[in-house]
Amino acid sequence: MRTRTRLILTAVSAAAAALATASAVAQKSAADGIAEYRAMIADGNPAELFEAKGEDLWKKKRGPKNATLERCDLGLGPGVVKGAWVQMPRWFADTQRVQDLESRLLTCMDTLQGINPADVIKAPFGKGEQVVMEALAAWISGESRGQRMALPQSHPEEKRMYQMGQRAFFFRGGPMDFACSTCHGEAGKRIRLQDLPDLRSNPGDGIGFAAWPAYRVSNGELWSMQRRLNDCFRQQRFPYPGYASEATIALGVYMGVNAKGAEAIAPALKR
Amino acid sequence: MADPMRIRAQSAGDKATVRVLMSHEMETGLRKDAAGKTIPAWFIQEVSAALNGKTVMTAQWGPSVSKNPFLQFSIKGAKAGDKVAVTWTDNKGDKRTDEAAVS
Repeated sequence: MRTRTRLILTAVSAAAAALATASAVAQKSAADGIAEYRAMIADGNPAELFEAKGEDLWKKKRGPKNATLERCDLGLGPGVVKGAWVQMPRWFADTQRVQDLESRLLTCMDTLQGINPADVIKAPFGKGEQVVMEALAAWISGESRGQRMALPQSHPEEKRMYQMGQRAFFFRGGPMDFACSTCHGEAGKRIRLQDLPDLRSNPGDGIGFAAWPAYRVSNGELWSMQRRLNDCFRQQRFPYPGYASEATIALGVYMGVNAKGAEAIAPALKR
Repeated sequence: MADPMRIRAQSAGDKATVRVLMSHEMETGLRKDAAGKTIPAWFIQEVSAALNGKTVMTAQWGPSVSKNPFLQFSIKGAKAGDKVAVTWTDNKGDKRTDEAAVS
């Protein structure tokens, strides 16, 4: 009797192993196909065009004060751009807030150039001042390419934002009872052929938070993290908490801190 | 005024590989806007490349080419230091030329 049970168990586990191998092989080939496609188009990533535009905009005199953004402090001192992006969102003493790249740029545009943040927040994505924002985000993130995500967590406010982001990430609601974690809270999931990163921990080099802003081939637009989040909320049938709002920054802190050590490849190329 | 192109030209052996990224909307003329009105066609019609001022390639493009197009081609006999100039003209008559040195 005992031997029989063990035999059956062995047979079952062997079958399970065979199944697992088969599905792993099938999944790998699909993922390989996508990787191959990405490699084919990666050579001419049009995000480069946005990076070039962003660099010009950083050095261009704009706004009522006719000033450049070259004195903007992104966390590493005024005017330091290299390596700033892999440490954002972070605490800023002058504004007494934790800010992500885009909300920090709003502050700089306001204080240095005299551009009203409301003009940027009100503009629809891909239009008006948002075009400036996208180009700047592309260039600034590109200046940290190859570095590893290293968000600071020393300030109590940064820790509070992480907690808040975690709650927002798992918060279910809306007509579909969706949370961020519904799609991004488990490893090995995908929508059609798109791999869904598990954002509860470091999803790996150049995946998830370390890959946005990114150029989307499907619509030929450069999406910043704020715009990416906006689309996540739309897919959840959630109202968007607002451009550069505290909830979106908190989610950024949660994803960024979890991605600690991941190599930044932004601005990346997406389907 | 259109945004600049990104041109990279790299010599290998007796030829140089040129990679060009152009910034252009490339509207087909078939899409409609939010109000239901047709968005007028706006695309690059002619592309030409010159090596040290001498035309080495011309191409006629249509609306089926993607937004922000990427073009790659090779030029025989191009050496390091040579100047590669790429020009496009769109159906509105707008024109842009950018130049890069072969490395």
